[in-house]
Amino acid sequence: MTPYIGTAISRIDGHAKVTGGAKYAAEFNVPGLVHAFVVVSAITKGSIARIDASEALRVEGVVDVLTHENRPRMADTDDAYKDDVAPDGTPYRPLYDSKIMFSGQPVALVLAEEWEIARFAASLVHVKYEQEAHLTDLYCQREVAFALPEPAKPRGDAAKAFAAADVRHQGEYYVPIEHHNPMELYASTVTWDGGGKLTVYDKTQGVQNVQRYVCSIFGMKPDDVRVMSPYVGGAFGSGLRPQYQVVLAVLAARALERPVRLVLTRQQMYSLGYRPAMIQRIELGASAGGTLDTVTHEAITVTSQYEDFFRNETTWSGLLYRSANAKYTHKLTRLDLPTSCDMRGPSATTGVYALESAMDELAVALRLDPLELRLRCYSDRDQNNGDLPFSSKNLLECYRQGAEIFGWAKRNREPRSMRDGSELVGWGMATGVWEALQVPITVRIVLTANGHAEVACATSDIGTGTYTIMAQVAADALGLPLDNISIKLGDSTLPQSPVEGGSWIAASVSNGIVTTCNAIREELLVLAKNLPGSPLANATRDEVTLLDGRLVNRRDASRALSIAEVMRVSGVDRIAQEKSTSFANDGKHAHNTHSALFAEVKIDEQLGVIRVTRVVSAVAAGRILNPKTAHSQVMGGVVWGIGVALHEETLIDHRFGRVMNANIAEYHIPVNADIQDIKVIFVEEQDNIVNRLGVKGLGEIGLVGVAAAIANAIYHATGKRVRDLPITIDKLQR
Amino acid sequence: MSQKNKYAQAPNKLSVALIVNGTAQQLIVAPWTTLLDALRDHLGLTGTKKGCDHGQCGACTVLVDGRRVNSCLSLVVMRSGAEVTTIEGLATRDNLHPLQQAFIDHDAFQCGYCTPGQICSAAGLIAEGKAKSDDEIRELMSGNLCRCAAYPNIVAAIKQAMTVMAGKS
Repeated sequence: MTPYIGTAISRIDGHAKVTGGAKYAAEFNVPGLVHAFVVVSAITKGSIARIDASEALRVEGVVDVLTHENRPRMADTDDAYKDDVAPDGTPYRPLYDSKIMFSGQPVALVLAEEWEIARFAASLVHVKYEQEAHLTDLYCQREVAFALPEPAKPRGDAAKAFAAADVRHQGEYYVPIEHHNPMELYASTVTWDGGGKLTVYDKTQGVQNVQRYVCSIFGMKPDDVRVMSPYVGGAFGSGLRPQYQVVLAVLAARALERPVRLVLTRQQMYSLGYRPAMIQRIELGASAGGTLDTVTHEAITVTSQYEDFFRNETTWSGLLYRSANAKYTHKLTRLDLPTSCDMRGPSATTGVYALESAMDELAVALRLDPLELRLRCYSDRDQNNGDLPFSSKNLLECYRQGAEIFGWAKRNREPRSMRDGSELVGWGMATGVWEALQVPITVRIVLTANGHAEVACATSDIGTGTYTIMAQVAADALGLPLDNISIKLGDSTLPQSPVEGGSWIAASVSNGIVTTCNAIREELLVLAKNLPGSPLANATRDEVTLLDGRLVNRRDASRALSIAEVMRVSGVDRIAQEKSTSFANDGKHAHNTHSALFAEVKIDEQLGVIRVTRVVSAVAAGRILNPKTAHSQVMGGVVWGIGVALHEETLIDHRFGRVMNANIAEYHIPVNADIQDIKVIFVEEQDNIVNRLGVKGLGEIGLVGVAAAIANAIYHATGKRVRDLPITIDKLQR
Repeated sequence: MSQKNKYAQAPNKLSVALIVNGTAQQLIVAPWTTLLDALRDHLGLTGTKKGCDHGQCGACTVLVDGRRVNSCLSLVVMRSGAEVTTIEGLATRDNLHPLQQAFIDHDAFQCGYCTPGQICSAAGLIAEGKAKSDDEIRELMSGNLCRCAAYPNIVAAIKQAMTVMAGKS
């Protein structure tokens, strides 16, 4: 039997998704459903002076209007609102009091028998505000940004080394606020199951995080709240923390003792979390020979007034390249916005964009091919972390294969030297890096005598292919056909899983499945040994494997028994095992994934219109469980990178503190016509250290580095360096 | 007359008849009900998705009398007598529609939320007979956003389905 791991299997949830059978959070239609609509704040900072809902309440079909004045009791401590992944601070409490902290904050919840009635009545809720002056502009606040603790220990003397360097580059790079914009609207459907019990269908990346959060806010017992998300229509980090709609939907269901559905509008989703805007400054000093002497990376990022969200943008710079001197600083700016949050490849998408743009500029200053510069600065150690070697790092092969397939050797180093008719042609490259993270997880497997196994874990599949890789790993480890495996996930009552994020679930859950399968195998072996005349009577634990529905002695394949037969003769209908897996770090290795990106742009010389005509992404990320879904993930990351480089920007009118392009037409994301040739390569990378299966995760690495490769290609095409994203026509023409 | 009626109220409901996936349907709905909400909330056909409610994302695309439309921009009372085909109506009892099979084969989705709209839009596109080249498919499918960004696989899937469907006709 060919192993399923490493085979390009089509998604096992594909049929449900192409037939409309897959149900998302807003699609559980239950009788007596109450529809909710949120009224949001028209001001950015201040307080609610008065809310008049009388006109809304007079509309036939309106059931109630909840505000901070009449809502049922909610917890009154900050701790109660802290979810599993909350940053430091005092979390926002939806509909809690009269205080307004950001534009678009919910101020009332209209509940009605029909959705359209709720929406209409929401327009009849009149709110008077006490307005205060607000601040939403990072550039106005950069001088008062406060320093966070050092992101990593500095080494050497970066300032001195910079002053002494043969060749220097320094630059400031800007990344705007970006919003995740998953296709599915944020939604929760709460069913009232009687006896105060609730089932919450929620759009989330972590059902158990939401379950604990809801219990804590409403003082409910764990058994009284079940959170489900069998399908999630994208999230990209926006669903790591519970969003306010789940609080409001539960609040309403408890107030009415009826089922309630709340779906946010696309516009309202621009008042959820976002990738923080940031200013980054980089200083690079190099020898004339093209080796780095020093790197300094500073970042100023944005958060709300009430929580300090940040990630380490700066430390990637001292990890990716060898440099004797390195220094990092990170400052935070508090603005009158919602708290920023993780968005795909948090910190690396932006930090590596700045670093890899700066490296390109350094290559220009050195008159060196940018790929050659990367090779001369190559690091086989994590200098931020005790100079540890990597558990595996096949980045050199990414560079080699990526460059060859792209045809990098034919590049003319001079800017504006290549063209295709009326278009300037530019070739740029960059490196990508992410962490190979893994988290404790629990998996339950029930094997039944008919040769079927159910694999259960409370993780999510947000489009990442988790259903499919779980089935592949279980099928291999149990020696069963893929069709005999069923997967249960996205249900808070299942065995423990943390939120799905950081690219950590594939490695965690796949190794977790192997642990539990081993326990099943051992139980089967005990049964098999006890059978009369058993050919496995003397087999040790390690000698036996499960293959083609049989227990087989690896040393002598003729010594085997059918799994079904063993269970039948032993009188056992089912074998259930639930095992936790944690990942001890040996402290001797750094765990990372890497990529090399090569991009071609074509730019109309007269109009400045930019097209990304080719991207090659060569990725080293350990063992690839499913080349088909893995390819999609990295390809999607490349498209996201095109969005970061050319399209995406949340525009705030700072006079009002309000997002101007809060819709999916004026907030530009790549569309089909923007995307041309994308090649994804997975280079061989065997890793026997990181975890038993050698899996490292792929959700983020596909995006990291892409924006820099495109920005560098644009410089190569035009000779113009744009250091603030997105790179739009007007900036090129300036 | 209740006292309520002196104030702003929801409009009176109307009756509308249409054919959805081959089945005659009679709905009593307020005139402000979109075709999208009628499908999802009144008929329980949640395969058609709401991604923006503004005609910007294409997730709600269905076929109305064979043409692809954004069902969020269409009031159901204006579609009296129309034949509507949603994602639930494309497959036969035994076989997926060639587009559905091609989307699975080419992994033309990840989260799956835009997928019903993509497939209905592609069915409309093929019926229009305009798209011949990859560039034309890309352009004419650009009203359907995919945030997971399966675009190249969507193009490949549509090409496969075009070939299969051409062979059958």
